[in-house]
Amino acid sequence: MSSVLVKFAETQNTAKKMANSGLLGSSIAKKYWMSLTGLFLISFLIVHLLGNLQLLDLSKEGQEQFNIYAKFMTSFPLIKITSYFLYASILFHAVDGIYLAMQNRKARPERYASYKPNRNSIWASRNMGLLGTIILAFIILHMSQFWYTMHWGEIGIDANGNKDLATVVIQTYQDGTAGLIMVLLYLIAMAAVAFHLYHGFQSAFQTLGINHSRYTPIIKTVGAAFSIIVPLAYAIIPVFVLMAKN
Amino acid sequence: MDLKLKIWRQANTNSKGSLKDYQVKNVSADSSFLEMMDQLNEELIDKGDDPVAFDHDCREGICGMCSMHINGEPHGPESGTTTCQLHMRKFKDGDTIYVEPFRAKAFPVLKDLAVDRAALDRVIQAGGFVSVNTSGNTLDANAIPVPKADADAAFNAATCIGCGGCVAACPNASAMLFVSAKVSQLSLLPQGKVEAKERVTNMVNQMDLEGFGNCSNVGACAEECPVGISLENIARLNREYLSASLTSSK
Ligand code: HEM
Ligand code: SF4
Ligand code: FES
Repeated sequence: MSSVLVKFAETQNTAKKMANSGLLGSSIAKKYWMSLTGLFLISFLIVHLLGNLQLLDLSKEGQEQFNIYAKFMTSFPLIKITSYFLYASILFHAVDGIYLAMQNRKARPERYASYKPNRNSIWASRNMGLLGTIILAFIILHMSQFWYTMHWGEIGIDANGNKDLATVVIQTYQDGTAGLIMVLLYLIAMAAVAFHLYHGFQSAFQTLGINHSRYTPIIKTVGAAFSIIVPLAYAIIPVFVLMAKN
Repeated sequence: MDLKLKIWRQANTNSKGSLKDYQVKNVSADSSFLEMMDQLNEELIDKGDDPVAFDHDCREGICGMCSMHINGEPHGPESGTTTCQLHMRKFKDGDTIYVEPFRAKAFPVLKDLAVDRAALDRVIQAGGFVSVNTSGNTLDANAIPVPKADADAAFNAATCIGCGGCVAACPNASAMLFVSAKVSQLSLLPQGKVEAKERVTNMVNQMDLEGFGNCSNVGACAEECPVGISLENIARLNREYLSASLTSSK
């Protein structure tokens, strides 16, 4: 009888260990998922930017062209599948990230009275949870303004019979004080993305175990450049739209 | 020099601690930080007060026993040194110095500045060894050839003195630098490769069970490590763990 109990206890222990190991619950596995989803989100940032830079042409033709692009992005099957994958990645990255940040907080219940972290690390690396939360709030706002409106909201029709997303964008950022606030929130979010990626870009490679005397310096340089150039290019769009107001 | 000290005093693990003010006068610039603490303790004992408990052993920078978070950094302001190797000439007359214990859920305070770092020992017990028969016959050190680069990397990893400074420095109280050094020093060598998969799985498991935080690649650990263990070891740990998770050994 007792040996059966021992056997049972052993199985329980193994089950507990299994749950915590492998590619599910362990601390390192959680980071693999952060890294993979983060890198996927980075690739999305490039595609999304290239599409939206079309808004720098606000002529009638430019707007119509943008609406054709918007229709393509919401109807082409392969892109639709990729977009569902993207939504899942954002959700997973956010949930996993917030969970990690909470665990990390718990790992040091008592704070230091004297603490000089700037002597050994950069601010962004220590505030990924905060930066991510700002980004998440922005993603929700951004999607409710454009993604939701494009799919289910009230939206006009342009000369080609396409949903007129260009006008929705223009109104959002040109609409008096509200527009100004939207531009400001956009800029804050891009600053958060910049800091998030200034640390996150190279961190994602380290997490996957990629650390090489020749390639890591290149990854760090590319990451730093990416984290400044891409959010800056995004930030130009709403500022341009606002300034184009006549 | 004369110094003001703000030292964490805590009677035992379960009691609440607080920072208390002290003064030490005529501290020699040539004394080590621990000798300055000894001087303070002598005075406290003379007055019939409870001396400040702190860990120390070799006092020559090799055992990893001395700890303390000094002025916002583990082992104090000088990089690449343990607290016993930190000299008072690094401070100025009239300075106020904060002295706190290493802070982590996995390192409960025993008394004052002494914390229990047995969690690191349990991580080693979970897999930080090579199962060979060491009784009696001595093996020839050169029987198995090891490439110089691997030997050097393993040796560098093996310089980790297990002080826990990395945990104290990390904003997440993560032990990844320590674990990565201990995994690396063995997995780089032929004798250690045999058990590499079980080792990394079991050690990471134990690390998680002890309540250390996760690694955010902040890098504070490597900056503060007294012996200069590098982040490349953490990348190696990440690789080892990935391959151990994706491929089974049995
Ligand atoms: C544009 C969107 C985003 C991109 C491109 C992005 C990218 C990344 C990358 C590349 C990393 C580094 C992963 C690693 O260290 O291995 C990272 C880490 C992190 N992200 Fe994001 N992220 C985004 C949005 C978010 C959101 C919405 C959250 C939600 C709260 C978030 C929370 C975090 C956290 C907490 C970490 C640090 C995890 C850790 O190292 O402990 N991120 N992100
Ligand atoms: S890695 Fe460095 S800081 Fe961490 S325990 Fe080893 S010697 Fe100490
Ligand atoms: S007392 Fe041994 S390293 Fe400081």
